[in-house]
Amino acid sequence: MKIWILRDYSRCVGCRLCEIECSLRHEGIIWPAASRIRIHEYIYGFPIPYLCVQCDDYPCVASCPTKALSVSETGAVLVNEDLCVMCGSCVNVCPGKIPRMVNGKKAVIICDLCGGNPACVEVCESMGFNALKLVRKPAGEVVKAYLTNPHKSSRDLARKLSVF
Amino acid sequence: MFGFWGRLLDINLSTGATKVVEVPEEIFRKYVGGRGLAAWILWRELGSRWEFIDPLGPENILLVLTGPLTGYYPGIKLVVSGKSPQSGGVIGSTVSSELGVELKSAGYDGLMLRGSSEKPVYVYVDDDGVQIRDATSLWGLGGLKLAEALNDLLYKDMKIERGLDTLPSYIYVGPAGENTVRTSVVMSKHTHAAGYGGYGAVMGSKKIKAVVAKGFGPLPRVSNWGEVIELRKEILRELSNRMRIFRYWGTTEGLWYTGYVTSSEPVRNWLEEWHDVRSFSHEEAERKCWVRNLWSDWGCPTSCMKLSRVSEDARPYVTDGPDYEMGAYLGSNLGVFDIESVVKLSALADELGLCGIQTGNVIGFAIELFERGYLTRDDVGCELRWGNTDCITEILHDIAYRRGLGAILAEGTYRAALKLSERVGVDLLKYGVQVKGVAVGAHGIRSGLDYPQKIAYAGSVQGGDHTSTAGTPLKSTESEAFTAFLDSAVICFFNTVDTVKLIKYLNAVTGWGFSEEDVYLSGVRILTIQRVLLLLGGPDVFWDPRIHDDNPERFYEPLTSGPKKGEAPRREDVKIELIKYYEELGWDELGVPKEETLMKLGVSELIREVERVRVRINLNA
Ligand code: SF4
Ligand code: SF4
Ligand code: SF4
Repeated sequence: MKIWILRDYSRCVGCRLCEIECSLRHEGIIWPAASRIRIHEYIYGFPIPYLCVQCDDYPCVASCPTKALSVSETGAVLVNEDLCVMCGSCVNVCPGKIPRMVNGKKAVIICDLCGGNPACVEVCESMGFNALKLVRKPAGEVVKAYLTNPHKSSRDLARKLSVF
Repeated sequence: MFGFWGRLLDINLSTGATKVVEVPEEIFRKYVGGRGLAAWILWRELGSRWEFIDPLGPENILLVLTGPLTGYYPGIKLVVSGKSPQSGGVIGSTVSSELGVELKSAGYDGLMLRGSSEKPVYVYVDDDGVQIRDATSLWGLGGLKLAEALNDLLYKDMKIERGLDTLPSYIYVGPAGENTVRTSVVMSKHTHAAGYGGYGAVMGSKKIKAVVAKGFGPLPRVSNWGEVIELRKEILRELSNRMRIFRYWGTTEGLWYTGYVTSSEPVRNWLEEWHDVRSFSHEEAERKCWVRNLWSDWGCPTSCMKLSRVSEDARPYVTDGPDYEMGAYLGSNLGVFDIESVVKLSALADELGLCGIQTGNVIGFAIELFERGYLTRDDVGCELRWGNTDCITEILHDIAYRRGLGAILAEGTYRAALKLSERVGVDLLKYGVQVKGVAVGAHGIRSGLDYPQKIAYAGSVQGGDHTSTAGTPLKSTESEAFTAFLDSAVICFFNTVDTVKLIKYLNAVTGWGFSEEDVYLSGVRILTIQRVLLLLGGPDVFWDPRIHDDNPERFYEPLTSGPKKGEAPRREDVKIELIKYYEELGWDELGVPKEETLMKLGVSELIREVERVRVRINLNA
């Protein structure tokens, strides 16, 4: 089944526990720069969780010259570390510039929905924040709305509350 | 070495020279990190001339330090230190800031900033090293304006240099720090501050507008990863269950609770410690001001911060909570009981980079003088009376920019009291609620319902710092040795759990095999160094234990209202308690560390400084 992570910006407290858990799950250590989810807090007090939205047309996968990227059963983009040559074409075509090239990693990193069991959602829920929720993947382009520049989203949220 | 890199960056602002200093594991074992490491560095670097060093001169060293648990333990704190322009000693001032994680990720445990720059600069640290960058365009800015300007700058740089959409973290000073106001703070994220100590002024004196870092690597390795993971999970669960107090209301709850229930809140410069203004409360703040009721910093499940906003003439004033200390000191302490005004004053203090506690204290002191006729409209420029928010707003600005009377108040309560006493020819120090140059935090000791230790402030090596109070027994969470340990491991006090578990955590990260005994031993070692440097003091203030190891005069006046009306400690009891406490610490009856204690603690070289203390307070005669 295709799953999806619904993000409710108004509930995110900016704790970054999702970043920490993501790096723990994938790297086995605390390595914030190697987290697949990122919290952008351009206006302090208005953090925005930002991660792959699993585009309906997967431009990243299509763009990869070495076929290092594929789509899993859950709908996640999987990276074949042996094939990725870090050419950056997926980063370039991604409307949200989501794939990351991190010093010390030999392939790009992209959210893998943790194989159907997302660590970020788990911690966000169990800490009682519920900014991230696991849902069935919505059809169509709508998911791309969550690729709006997070700095803009942070600003917009702050503006809405007249903080700024 | 686990939990540390063993590397500090030593940056000289006068020459622009930077170098990496290796710190051996043995030092971390003795001083743990953070506050302990600060005490050690300052003693080794400046101890031999301590009493002559001007905290606001280029010789002082501004320290920005992490601890072994930075990034591993839930929540985040950073220690800022140096020779304090308030006490003349060492204060381990803590602030919530991701900068700690960024520094660790960049491969450093902390920074030593010496000298002073000619023009405004900001220090930028990443995996590739240090850059000292021009900050002329940022000078004069504070609050959200500073955040916007600096974030724009950093964001663009990051985009151009690394192609990344990411922001580094930073600490900075507002106008008050730039103007070397002694009640200024080192700020983070427009509402957090390393308050105690006055390190904003130290940073400003060096012309450092901000310290920025971005790291791209992992945290340093730990000794027992499996155990760290287990403990982390367990503590996260525990903390996320502490819903009511910190998560729901944050410390804002104290505005009502600490006043009405425990009767230990500063009300009108401590003339009272009780109030029954129901609307001066967390509920009112939630109803009228909160725009976000949960806000956390890095890795923290507690989420004690709230974001408050009020608007006046279409201009937003934004602060957190207001958190209890700021709210009490800029509210009830000044006779301001209207929550929206308190949010406005707190937001202004944040924007100006002023410490809510120190500044609220000195303004309360000034209002009392005004009410008593020692200050007049001519001195102040407005009617500085209880609850006059407009005049208080003026004074906040005057302090930050050192204008008129503000220039005197900018020196903090103790120094201002001395100056004004001289001017009017009356001893005004008795109206100043401070200990050793540091205004007392917003928790009184008279009622005994909140801070039960009568020596809490009188015996503290950080003066009036309510986050580092003295108490007996030594081997308990009541004692300052324990706080010294927490601030050295660099854990947020609100996120602490059972001591045994904390020690287990420390050991899992560092592999040190600390026992409870070791924890207190390191705490006492840190306190001992801090105490000796505090007693050396200088250059403008000196403390005589016979006079200054005491509560502010006001704390001996019986409470005039509330459930504990009539209560006050007796000075004799305080003296007896102090002697008992000092004895437990291995200090003599005046609180001067004994030689055998220095030996036991492995700091025998401290004897040179102890000797100087003895000469100064005439103990050898
Ligand atoms: S865990 Fe949830 S609340 Fe915390 S930063 Fe991540 S998305 Fe936000
Ligand atoms: S968000 Fe970016 S990385 Fe994710 S599927 Fe779309 S193009 Fe690929
Ligand atoms: S689902 Fe997994 S991989 Fe994706 S961001 Fe969350 S923790 Fe990281």
